[in-house]
Amino acid sequence: MASSFTRLMSGRNKAVLLAGLGAGTMATGFLLSESSPLSADLKTKLYPPSSDYPDLRKHNNCMASALTPAIYAKLRDRVTPNNWTLDQTIQTGVDNPGHPFIKTVGCVAGDEESYEVFSDLFTPVIVDRHNGYDPKTMIHPTDLDASKITNGMFDENYVLSSRVRTGRSIRGLSLPPACSRAERREVERVVVTALAGLKDDLDHFLFDKPVSPLLTCAFMARDWPDARGIWHNNEKTFLIWINEEDHTRVISMEKGGNMKRVFERFCRGLKQVEHLIQERGWEFMWNEHLGYILTCPSNLGTGLRAGVHVRLPKLSKDARFSKILDNLRLQKRGTGGVDTAATGDTFDISNNDRLGKSEVELVQLLIDGVNHLIECEKKLEKGQDIKVPAPVAQFKK
Amino acid sequence: MTKNCHNDYKMKFSVDDEYPDLSLHNNHMAKVLNKEIYGKLRGKSTPSGFTVDDVIQTGVDNPGHPFIMTVGCVAGDEESYEVFKDLLDPVISDRHGGYKPTDKHKTDLNFENLKGGDDLDPNYVLSSRVRTGRSIKGFTLPPTTAVESAEPLRSCPSRGEFKGKYYPLTGMTDAEQEQLIADHFLFDKPVSPLLTCAGMARDWPDGRGIWHNDNKTFLVWVNEEDHLRVISMQKGGNMKEVFRRFCVGLQKIEEIFKKHNHGFMWNEHLGYILTCPSNLGTGLRGGVHVKLPKLSTHAKFEEILTRLRLQKRGTGGVDTASVGGVFDISNADRLGSSEVYQVQLVVDGVKLMVEMEKKLEKGESIDGMIPAQK
Repeated sequence: MASSFTRLMSGRNKAVLLAGLGAGTMATGFLLSESSPLSADLKTKLYPPSSDYPDLRKHNNCMASALTPAIYAKLRDRVTPNNWTLDQTIQTGVDNPGHPFIKTVGCVAGDEESYEVFSDLFTPVIVDRHNGYDPKTMIHPTDLDASKITNGMFDENYVLSSRVRTGRSIRGLSLPPACSRAERREVERVVVTALAGLKDDLDHFLFDKPVSPLLTCAFMARDWPDARGIWHNNEKTFLIWINEEDHTRVISMEKGGNMKRVFERFCRGLKQVEHLIQERGWEFMWNEHLGYILTCPSNLGTGLRAGVHVRLPKLSKDARFSKILDNLRLQKRGTGGVDTAATGDTFDISNNDRLGKSEVELVQLLIDGVNHLIECEKKLEKGQDIKVPAPVAQFKK
Repeated sequence: MTKNCHNDYKMKFSVDDEYPDLSLHNNHMAKVLNKEIYGKLRGKSTPSGFTVDDVIQTGVDNPGHPFIMTVGCVAGDEESYEVFKDLLDPVISDRHGGYKPTDKHKTDLNFENLKGGDDLDPNYVLSSRVRTGRSIKGFTLPPTTAVESAEPLRSCPSRGEFKGKYYPLTGMTDAEQEQLIADHFLFDKPVSPLLTCAGMARDWPDGRGIWHNDNKTFLVWVNEEDHLRVISMQKGGNMKEVFRRFCVGLQKIEEIFKKHNHGFMWNEHLGYILTCPSNLGTGLRGGVHVKLPKLSTHAKFEEILTRLRLQKRGTGGVDTASVGGVFDISNADRLGSSEVYQVQLVVDGVKLMVEMEKKLEKGESIDGMIPAQK
């Protein structure tokens, strides 16, 4: 099977074409066996890497910042064991120069091996995205012991709902950008079989087809809606999305401010699902440097976003609001999630970080941070002044 | 580049596991494809690595179009039509009126063979246009890669009616862009999922551009849905002149590419090879914008069009509705008849429909004018 940017030449025209391409293009030979498909190690490229290098001059994403012509030249002809290529990895970042509010990542993994085969690209992207975390040298901690959480009950005059999500990938199957229909259906089978082992009854419905070009340009909407779905318990407090941007997205949520209970259910449910797939010989993609392996490098590590919908009418109008969030390592989104603006005074506040801190650490950070925000709000209500908190410590290097 | 998974792992799954769910689909690919054909083809690839999954992806992702029966498959290179003939031959037959794998296609770009066409009434016929596509032999097609096929166009000297300039989309100034939009020349990044799901918007706007002559009557699109789209157009009803310029211009372009040792993809069975099977043969759409407010509301309008082997579109092109009784009327056929023949159908058919419109304006019947099936 051929990798990307191969050029066809019929035997007859080969010499003519090579001769004719003289001025202005550098042609190196493309040796073809006409009768059999190419294998990666047999072919040499017709075009040099410099002429395949994407035009990234108007781009502002992590991939564009990291991908030098030298790195591109080194990686262009490599393929993962599943034949996933560099060009496929970066396509979404080439097609989407930038997002107005956030610096996007601009590259995706097609399989677990992508992070190794294309590490010359992924390492600087990860360092950039995850605040200096170096996957080559650092170890990522995993900790799903919810009993360690303290102060996990928010003032419900302010916090309207609480939610924790993560993703999990099934080892041995390609990720959503790369998977074939059969692989995608296999992911569904593996997970649904596991869910049948859970004690809760689960209903099934479907999420929307992705329209964001960040996802569609990374080939994640192919074959919609084949093998996609959501399973959730009766109370809709525990949900699993299958085959959207990741193999699975696991979500625990409820109205009100009991984040501790949300996280307890999250950890319990995750462990149960993991146990059930292991019984059948499957496991999650994970390693000690990258933690849980997911499609987008931004979700490596814990893949965890813990957040609340919280009313902060006074604080949100304070000029120091952004700085306070930054120092607490929190981010704000509109109540429709990423890519939305806030309505009224209610914000989605969640943790910024994913990699280099454990699940327990990140949820505790979120809890402590939101409690602090509520304290600030209450102070402002009483006409008292607030202080910008000191920045939270970065991970131990 | 192909965007589908090319791992050998997928071959370990059964045909049943890989076969797409086409139960809600209504396009040519979905009507033809079955597990047997899929099973036979799924282990194959063209020399550039295009697989049957790449061919059908657009048809899997787009179950159907509200107004038209879409094709639902594309070629990634010239060889696709050979390697995947078990799928593409029946699709071609369905789309092109029963065209058989043994049929031969006639190419005729001798504009002197066109009779008439210089006297379409400009009170009704607002503009005339002929377009086709050409693929550069030796390169893969847009679903696989957008390539530097424009290189020869950039450097060619030109004179007379073909004196003009190439405008790459990358680095186009705002002023240039506004002018090209005002001239109705600029093409947008494809948004139609028929094209985006076939990978044709990748790396936009890299390698894309427009060449047009100073007179603004002849233009070439580079690397949109096909390597080249060649367009001749002007206001009014002189289709004869439009077609003359079309044929002469095409010949000049072919000469330029041949000097660089690239021919066009063509064979005697499929004619000119283009990305979408619907454009095989001549790849020619010759048409007019014509005012037919009365005829278009006549009960027999559709039947007249069918008999004349013509189709209607809105004045924004495919996927649009007509505005103010003005329709885009063009030939329905592409494969199995020549360029001259297809443009002749447009010329004769439009002339007849304008006469019908005039009759209806006078309150007279057109029943005696309804043509036989061409």
